[in-house]
Amino acid sequence: MNTIRALFTVSVGKKIVMGLTGLFLCLFLLVHLSGNLLLFKHDGGAAFNEYSAFMSTSWVIRIMEFVLLFGFAFHIVEGVVLTIQNRRARPHRYALNDASSNSDWTSRTMFVTGSIVFVFLVVHLNTFFVRHRFLHVQETMYDSVVHAFQRGWNGWYWAFYVVAMVLLAFHLHHGFQSAFQSLGLNHKRYTPLIKKLGLLFAIIVPAGFASMPIYFHFQQFVK
Amino acid sequence: MDLTLKIWRQKDAQSEGRFVTYQVTDISPDMSFLEMLDVLNEDLIRKGEDPVAFDHDCREGICGACGLYINGRAHGPLKGTTTCQLHMRHFRDGDTIVVEPWRAGPFPVIKDLVVDRSALDRILRAGGYISVNTGSAPEANSIPVPKEAADEAFDAATCIGCGACVAACKNASAMLFVAAKVSHLSLLPQGQVEKRQRVLRMVAQMDEEGFGNCTNTYACEAECPKEISVSHIARMNREYLAALLTSGK
Repeated sequence: MNTIRALFTVSVGKKIVMGLTGLFLCLFLLVHLSGNLLLFKHDGGAAFNEYSAFMSTSWVIRIMEFVLLFGFAFHIVEGVVLTIQNRRARPHRYALNDASSNSDWTSRTMFVTGSIVFVFLVVHLNTFFVRHRFLHVQETMYDSVVHAFQRGWNGWYWAFYVVAMVLLAFHLHHGFQSAFQSLGLNHKRYTPLIKKLGLLFAIIVPAGFASMPIYFHFQQFVK
Repeated sequence: MDLTLKIWRQKDAQSEGRFVTYQVTDISPDMSFLEMLDVLNEDLIRKGEDPVAFDHDCREGICGACGLYINGRAHGPLKGTTTCQLHMRHFRDGDTIVVEPWRAGPFPVIKDLVVDRSALDRILRAGGYISVNTGSAPEANSIPVPKEAADEAFDAATCIGCGACVAACKNASAMLFVAAKVSHLSLLPQGQVEKRQRVLRMVAQMDEEGFGNCTNTYACEAECPKEISVSHIARMNREYLAALLTSGK
């Protein structure tokens, strides 16, 4: 069978695509978080603005934007396809099913947590990426961040971010270690380590992102 | 023990099924779950009613024929146990027990608690074998097998094909079953020749039967009466990727 077609049509192939794109998106989260940490530099946003200007002009980043777009697209489309197929595989459901005694709930709610993260992604892109890249608003990226987190949506925009990051944490808790299994990387010695690393990743990365809306929202009250 | 049973009754594959409530009394805690159902059936036969159909054969946990979804768990609440080895002492007097057949699209109900699991046989037929000439057994020492590989292959080979992995999986995926067979044969020297085409064919048949996709919830491993590890699924994924990249078509 054609290798590329198998990756998108065969059950095991789809797992591999989900795993690969998932790990790629994890890598993106790390890069995105490390850049955004410049927000915490006490220089009135100078470093952050310079960083965001670089991100919107560098041709390397422009190419990576497309790679990222495909990464998201494949991960999301495959996720939806898998969910539909998996529901069809059991047309008659159990009257009584005690799933909590044989599996972790974060592993059973990937579609729900993923969907909410997707809604967040659309809102997030609309607030920052679309306004700056396509609508060319006349304010610095730093000012956009501060305004959004302080007063956006009548002062509740920041809270939406925090909730979305909690759901991202649940998604990553299953997704990170699951990706390795899907790629066939399971080993008695390393798998427990990967699971611990996955838990750390699922806590630290969303917590890092959530710290930004929390910081900027509450900063306005302590002045 | 006196128990209330809510059992799925379904006349045949075409009919609509429904739960019927039965009372059983004077059940010994030392009876197996299937013996308890035997008591119920004798009672039903005496009353001139249709007994509850359920699959069973060896009743010593090694054949894979039995399999009931008991109180929301495949083979009931115990770990590493088939329904026939589940004893009534694990329930309490006065309990209500819900009994359902395995539920999966590729496992249609034949009658009551009996499902058609021949989809698993068709997957085996697609590649779960080695092509060897018949004759007397070869000299054992002529094919060296590392101890670790033999142990790992044997762990996979303990699969009895009961279908609990499919029944417990939220996606009705048969990956643990297929992976156990792929892993078992790919670990041994005799399985090397057909290694690549085996995994491609078995996975293709698994998909054709309509089983769901694996999302690594690991419910299969938790409910498998032989406690087969999901590390075999990872091996199948590796084997599949290798076969895909080298199949040359």
